[in-house]
Amino acid sequence: MTMYGKLAAAAFLIGLLAMTLSVEPASAQTVNVIPSLKGLSGSEDMSRNEEPPRLSQVEETDRPRPRNYPEQPPTIPHSIEGYQLDKNGNQCLSCHARGRVAESGAPMVSVTHFMDRDGQTLATVSPRRYFCNQCHVIQNRVPEALKNNFVDIDALLAVEAAN
Amino acid sequence: MIVKSVKSFWNVLRRPASTLSLGFLCIGGFVAGVIFWGGFNTALELTNTETFCISCHEMRDNVYQELRSTVHFTNQSGVRATCPDCHVPHDWTDKIARKMQASKEVWGTIFGTINTREKFLDHRLELAKHEWARLKSNDSLECRNCHSEQYMDFSLQEARAAEAHSTFLATGEKTCIDCHKGIAHELPNMAGVEGWN
Repeated sequence: MTMYGKLAAAAFLIGLLAMTLSVEPASAQTVNVIPSLKGLSGSEDMSRNEEPPRLSQVEETDRPRPRNYPEQPPTIPHSIEGYQLDKNGNQCLSCHARGRVAESGAPMVSVTHFMDRDGQTLATVSPRRYFCNQCHVIQNRVPEALKNNFVDIDALLAVEAAN
Repeated sequence: MIVKSVKSFWNVLRRPASTLSLGFLCIGGFVAGVIFWGGFNTALELTNTETFCISCHEMRDNVYQELRSTVHFTNQSGVRATCPDCHVPHDWTDKIARKMQASKEVWGTIFGTINTREKFLDHRLELAKHEWARLKSNDSLECRNCHSEQYMDFSLQEARAAEAHSTFLATGEKTCIDCHKGIAHELPNMAGVEGWN
């Protein structure tokens, strides 16, 4: 072994020692270190196949839903079953494009969708915004899977103003 | 030689029958006509089935595969449309006219106009435009074989659909195919098509 090799090996072993010594001892409160395997199905027994829930329906209100923060891509308030969105055609834009909104009554794609990555506004929808489903989704009628602790900025500011 | 045989044939036709009775000829002729007509129509209707259409690989491997995931193929009620329901008119005169036009498709099969995937994709826009033009010109006649806007219950439709149908469709300003392009088969490259990006 060369001198450098010995040096590298020594450094590695010292690092390893330092890591093992720096680990905090487990506190007396955490008894069960292994996390629960219950998940969303509610059963810890993974050998049984739980009956899957029924397929849920799309929520079709056709009215805009509230947005949680300004940049949030609005969720789609109607079904998009079978809508073709590929190289050949964008069926979303057949109602939401600038030239179509007068007839369709649909909200126009926001002006941010016309900008390329340098902030330059183009004449048509920018290629980076072409595939709507990368950001916009439908909502289904399902019970909440996880509890959501998100607090709207307005609620936060109201709390602050109250103090 | 040909003139002589035509002449002799004409002589047979113009003379009254010498051995066969009038009743035999008339009734027999009538029965034969019925059998012929039945056979002709049966054969015509056989060409008007989904099974016949997809017997050509060009149809089976391309447009039929695209149809399989759409609402006209499989849906909640099980009521479905097969190839002739949309592509062949139902009433007899228009149907025969379309069947005569179908000789073009026979040519296409024999000479392989779209017999590879690449050829099909090249022709796709043109073929789609033919169909859109046909449906626009006959006011979506084939759609109206099943869908009647007069008996459409707007209260059961989605808000957008109810609005569009009660305004554009009811007044006759637009016809089904204007908005429902791509309802059965995938869309071709829509660049340059009116109403699409």
